[in-house]
Amino acid sequence: MSPSTLGGPESPSAPRPSTDAYDDDRRAIRRRAVSISVALIPFAFAFGISCADAGLSVWHAVGFSLLVFTGGSQFAAVGVLRDGGAPASAIASGLLLGLRLLAYGVVMTPHLPGPWWKRALDSHLMIDESVAVGLGASDPSNVRYGYRWGGLSVFVLWNISTVAGALVGSNAGDLIERFGIDAAVPASFLALVWPRLLDQRQRIIALAGAVIAATLIPLAPPGIPILTAALAAFIGIARSRRPDGPNATPPIPSAL
Amino acid sequence: MSASSKGTIVLIGVAIGIYALKAVAPSVLGGRALPRLLDGLARFAPAALLAALVVTSTLADGRRIAPDARIGGVIVAGLALWRKAGFITTVVVAVGTTAALRAVF
Repeated sequence: MSPSTLGGPESPSAPRPSTDAYDDDRRAIRRRAVSISVALIPFAFAFGISCADAGLSVWHAVGFSLLVFTGGSQFAAVGVLRDGGAPASAIASGLLLGLRLLAYGVVMTPHLPGPWWKRALDSHLMIDESVAVGLGASDPSNVRYGYRWGGLSVFVLWNISTVAGALVGSNAGDLIERFGIDAAVPASFLALVWPRLLDQRQRIIALAGAVIAATLIPLAPPGIPILTAALAAFIGIARSRRPDGPNATPPIPSAL
Repeated sequence: MSASSKGTIVLIGVAIGIYALKAVAPSVLGGRALPRLLDGLARFAPAALLAALVVTSTLADGRRIAPDARIGGVIVAGLALWRKAGFITTVVVAVGTTAALRAVF
């Protein structure tokens, strides 16, 4: 398969190759999805605890994990409540943190075809990890497969762990830090972006996105640095307008 | 207002708002070819978004830049990937390095 057919958003409709590489890709995707969701267990546990701290019931905790299902926004909203903030500011901080989901929606749309109700269900699974596992697929026809595996496996473990945390209600923050579990999250994202860094143009875009995000951390509310980093894509868009420029993303070799 | 009814209001508000943010692009744009500009974003934004996630989850503590042992874990993860380590190995060495650094310092 040529590089130009591998990267483009039109590829998901291409006929599915039933090859070893395709099966290997799916196996790698499942392994990544499960390990990411296991790494998130302590965070969901901590979320359950922070709900208990804020005086919320187990039902509220599960309600957030089932219906909001976006870790950062859940923590932000409940954190504001715990600090005695008004409901309006709790809602605003949760949504501000979720603005990056707009960018994820644009990125995932070409990979989420089908009738409206399927797209509506798929949308609920949109979180950092499902998008990252989906985009980590070597074969573009596996992006939705990765997105669903990432989303569903996190969904199940995230909700079970939230209930456990809300019922237990002790301090998990210390354990997360002592065992270095908080490093699992950036390491996962790094492993998922790694194959893209082999291409020079993608490397420049990634570097620009990283610089934008780092610069904005102290200047903007959480979530905004990630959303703004998406603007680095314009470097690639500007370059692909040149007549001699390659017009598609490069093949993404499997990280495994 | 009780903590419980406040919690219910916030839960409903955040759930509706977040779902709207998630679903707007797939439902409005889905099933059609993306406009040229959004097509470019869909192709090139992933590298930037993933890199930004690496940076914020390594460095940010709310609105503060709070460098700590995670940086060491992520650097070792990068070395592992450079040596062609797999996904799980990469995550495990990052966690182990970070835990070791915190135990020592």
